[in-house]
Amino acid sequence: MVSRFTLLTTGGAILALAALAGCSPVADDTAPSATASASADVCPAGALPTRTAGKLTIGTDNPAYEPWFSDNDPKNGKGFESAVAYQVAQRLGYSPADVTWTSVTFNNAIAPGPKAFDFDINQFSITPERRNAVDFSSPYYLVRQTVITVKGSKIAGAKSIADLRDAKLGAQVGTTSYQALTDVIKPTVQPSVFNNNDDAKAALENGTVEGIVVDLPTAFYITGAELKNGVIVGQLPQVGVPEQFGLVLDKGSKLTRCVSTAVDQLRQDGTLAVLEKTWLADTGGAPELS
Amino acid sequence: MSAQPYRPSATQQHRIAFRRRQAIRSVLLAALSTAVLGTALGFLVTDAPGWDRVKLAFFDGELARESLSPILQGLWLNVRVFLVCAISALALGLLIATARTLRGPVFFPVRALATVYTYSFRGLPLIIVIYLFAFGIPGLRLQGTPSVTVLGGAAIVVTYGAYLAEVFRSGIESVHPSQVAAARSLGLSYRQAMRHVVLPQAVRRSAPPLLNDTVAMQKDVGLISLAGPIDAIRAAQIDQMGTANFTPYVVAGVLFVLLALPLIGITDFVTLRAARRQNAGT
Repeated sequence: MVSRFTLLTTGGAILALAALAGCSPVADDTAPSATASASADVCPAGALPTRTAGKLTIGTDNPAYEPWFSDNDPKNGKGFESAVAYQVAQRLGYSPADVTWTSVTFNNAIAPGPKAFDFDINQFSITPERRNAVDFSSPYYLVRQTVITVKGSKIAGAKSIADLRDAKLGAQVGTTSYQALTDVIKPTVQPSVFNNNDDAKAALENGTVEGIVVDLPTAFYITGAELKNGVIVGQLPQVGVPEQFGLVLDKGSKLTRCVSTAVDQLRQDGTLAVLEKTWLADTGGAPELS
Repeated sequence: MSAQPYRPSATQQHRIAFRRRQAIRSVLLAALSTAVLGTALGFLVTDAPGWDRVKLAFFDGELARESLSPILQGLWLNVRVFLVCAISALALGLLIATARTLRGPVFFPVRALATVYTYSFRGLPLIIVIYLFAFGIPGLRLQGTPSVTVLGGAAIVVTYGAYLAEVFRSGIESVHPSQVAAARSLGLSYRQAMRHVVLPQAVRRSAPPLLNDTVAMQKDVGLISLAGPIDAIRAAQIDQMGTANFTPYVVAGVLFVLLALPLIGITDFVTLRAARRQNAGT
């Protein structure tokens, strides 16, 4: 969950972005006739070379956590990742009735070896190491930084970044979270810097700091599972090189290209942004700060 | 008898000239061997296959200039914490050492407590003490809990106090018992004997090791950054992690050496003076 801003991940993310930037024009512009016919052949709607013909098998872990899923039921289409999965399925030509969910643990999904799913959605960060074992689709989510605090804190009701400026805030050293703290919030009080998120969390519980900045998945985990009285203040605007979540496919899967195209289309037509706002900001309780 | 100006004998003049020639010769030899060794070391480092990369990663002049300001800001915190901690730890150490050397059965609990303190805090790693103080104490949610900087400073004082107490105690015990006996026979009370006879000698004798521990402490005060405050090394780390370049650490290292130089100089001077006095008249 920790997004250490190391050379490796930065380099990896830049490579990933470069790969994306490099791929799309090749597919769309450079050789339009060739790719048009190829994509028609490679990604026939509803007739992809899936595990079960005519059905799309999607994996995720059990239990599936809020706000990525809802009520531990991926089939209900509620929660960010469930909604994204059904949208991707639709783009590929599979109606919700043709989607089958299967339970796969997080570690099994990214381990090398045969897969029981066509793609898996479970908050997988795209990393170069994992690419050695599995394929990733284009990212469907860029991790946002989030301010969390405890109930009763003076920033618990903050609605804007300006409301946070005079608070004593903290973050883990060397992370995008710290970058967001200094570059986006620009606090008037010198921020506290911690070796890891556990120290930051302890300081928050002790009241030594009034709020800490962590990435959104960590924010949901800390406020949901670790802190009894933790609350999310809100998400900050995107900053730095964010961590990216991608759909996981079997290494060398024939579907990777099609799934990536579907995700790219969802991003371009704004569907992903709408889903993010609906399920993470509104329902998930992490409002946008500006 | 008219005063004759002193003239060294021919033999003596010869001897002086010889000594002067020898002195010049050794200076030249020393300069030559230093130059040879320095050049060899220089070539060894700069001709190493990875030198270009190391130079980029550790000695980036522009980055050094950029990181200087935040590091200096952090260093100012180090300096303030160090001054307060050094004085407090020296006072605490002296107090504990005096408690440990109290005589008489009545004072057994005081001696025992002081002993337990020096045993446990010399063994306990400083990082753990800082965690206990800076994360544990605020967790009690008591009214008027001081800031984490103060609590972290207290952790350093408590840890270093234990070391300094032992240095003081060895100083106190190095004063020969006959000194106390003589003082007491002159009518001084135990306290007076301690105050006017034992402690002045003990402090003087233990000054070099005390200052040495203080120099070590100067580097350790930065550990309070664990609790959140940004000291020089933390400021360097922030820059290092943002740029993936280690130059900020080198800048911080150089600043720490510069900061320690005066204290190291004083330590050497005090040690030399003590040695001269010890050997005076022999």
